[in-house]
Amino acid sequence: MSEMAMESPKLSRKELKKIKKRIKPGRLAKREAIAGLLFVSPWIAGALIFLMYPLATSFWYALHNIRITPLGKRFTFLGIGNFTQIITGDVEFLPQLISYVTSTILSVPIIVVFALIIAMMLNQNIKGKGVFRLIFFLPVIIVSGPILGMLSEQGAGSITAIDMQAITTAISNVLPSQLAEPISELFSNMITILWYSGVQILIFLSGLQKIDRSVYEAAKIDGGSGWECFWKITLPTIKPLILLNCVYTVVFISNNDQNPIIELIKSSMFSGTKEKGYGYASAMAWLYSLVVLIIVGLFAVLFMAKKDVYAKQVAKAKKAMKKERRLEKKIERRSARNAKKIERARHKRSYKTYDGSGDY
Amino acid sequence: MMAQAITKKWNKDKVRKFLMGSKDKEGFLKVFCIYALLICIGFIYLYPIIYMISSSFMTLDDLLDSSINWIPSTLNLDNYIQAAKSMDFWKSLLQSIIIAGVPTLCNVASCALVGYGLARFEFPGKKIVLGIIIFSFVLPSQITMIPTYVLYSDMGILGTLWAFILPSILAVGINGPIYILIFYQFFRQVPKVLIEAAQIDGAGYLKSFLKISLPSAAPALITVSLFSFVWYWNESYLTEMYVHGVMKESGWTTLVIQLDKFAANYSEYAQTSGSMATNLNESISMAGTMLSILPLLLMYFILQRYFVESIDRTGITGE
Repeated sequence: MSEMAMESPKLSRKELKKIKKRIKPGRLAKREAIAGLLFVSPWIAGALIFLMYPLATSFWYALHNIRITPLGKRFTFLGIGNFTQIITGDVEFLPQLISYVTSTILSVPIIVVFALIIAMMLNQNIKGKGVFRLIFFLPVIIVSGPILGMLSEQGAGSITAIDMQAITTAISNVLPSQLAEPISELFSNMITILWYSGVQILIFLSGLQKIDRSVYEAAKIDGGSGWECFWKITLPTIKPLILLNCVYTVVFISNNDQNPIIELIKSSMFSGTKEKGYGYASAMAWLYSLVVLIIVGLFAVLFMAKKDVYAKQVAKAKKAMKKERRLEKKIERRSARNAKKIERARHKRSYKTYDGSGDY
Repeated sequence: MMAQAITKKWNKDKVRKFLMGSKDKEGFLKVFCIYALLICIGFIYLYPIIYMISSSFMTLDDLLDSSINWIPSTLNLDNYIQAAKSMDFWKSLLQSIIIAGVPTLCNVASCALVGYGLARFEFPGKKIVLGIIIFSFVLPSQITMIPTYVLYSDMGILGTLWAFILPSILAVGINGPIYILIFYQFFRQVPKVLIEAAQIDGAGYLKSFLKISLPSAAPALITVSLFSFVWYWNESYLTEMYVHGVMKESGWTTLVIQLDKFAANYSEYAQTSGSMATNLNESISMAGTMLSILPLLLMYFILQRYFVESIDRTGITGE
């Protein structure tokens, strides 16, 4: 900068400042940041209006009893009264919630494993892949609450060819009733559960197609069997997709109209009784959301990508080396200091000054 | 003698090779198993639909006749006519298309914008924005539903289409996070050099988005619009809440909601039309179900390529 100023002395201070400003790094970045924020601004507004504000208000509602009078809403503060009322006094909510949790935790692995098996079969070199993909993806188009309800009402949701009665009685003989009930329910709604796996199959399939064939070839040359290849190559590669599919399945099940809890929330929202209403329903929704988030978190912890073992060891070794080097330096520094001290002491002893301090 | 033995042994080998497979060719047994499994599972998948189609054509006599399992004795369209009349088919169809279509257009526009903004630019708080987007996907919609309902009724848009349009313009409609993430993934794959070249040629941010990035994002656009259409079409919970109306009906309705109230609607229809209508039976409800998924089925079979390849091409699986 200064060189430039030297060469062109005619430039005034103001102009110099301008030049400086123009080439100051970060200005483009700043402009880009503003543009990016402008592009995202619809979402920011939307999130504030339709996510943050309702979230906060919903919590506020959950702490109150809300009565709708002709004059408007009347709030009475209850504290955690709604929550205790739901947990201790509601005959429907807690059993529904428990059955929701068990059925979700049972059916998510079934759906994901099933989707993985189908995807792996489709990933083989077979003819008519397109037709099969078409069939397995079809349920995504038509799966909606009323239609599923209608189908299961008419008994089309279960496989009639298999004797369901035998399976359910066998299950209830072996297992305790708390576990047997959801499992037999699972069996009787097998088709609807399998129907939930359309998107998951496609996600797995596109993940599987991206695995390089040469990896398998190399493993085979080294003597790996198909079984080993599956556990050591396929599964670790698609592990993030397993997490994605688990989360997707949980979210899908919890937002599905077939889920009785969300109907319960809706009906208690419009219920005319004294203790129910908006506040009570909000408290229910909060409890329900917490449970859903906990389930998602559970799967996330299970399948979160862990760091590579090798990378971990390298980091550990590096850390140890650093520590050692630091220690070495410390010792060096200390020994130098000590040597100086000793030197000075020796000096003091060998030369006697008039005041006996050893300094000149 | 010896030659015969050799050929025999060779044949045995060949058969074994044929069945179990070799290093470079899959064995017949394995391929056969895969096909058999796929066909079986495919049948199980299609079973409810086949059941629905077959029983929707049955007359009452066919239903009661135990000798008729799958193929009805006559092609009976009467069920469809009665179901269509009780569902008010054409009006519901038109309204379904509007209720699913208009928010879809808004969704595509807004989510493309937001996805581009996230993929192309660096700005402070971008990680937080992405985090909130993922969080809002996981969060059940029930938790924000009640205040949103109150908000809509205060704004006076409850029971109108605006209740769906407004969130989707702001990219927070139903399943909005998924669409944003699809666009985000897709626009990240567009080479930055292309956009820089356009900018050197004097294109602004908006212009380079509209003229360069958007035309190359056709797969993502198709995917998002298809999925958004299907999901809005199938959404009955929130549609009933915001647009159809729970306490009093607003006049808006969709095929799915009509199906939900099928029994009530049908008995009402049977009363008004007098002796013309038979009592509600299985065949008529199946015909009603069939009618409410028929438009989507048609769309699926016409546009199947885009549906099935969609997830491949948008790269939602993440790289």
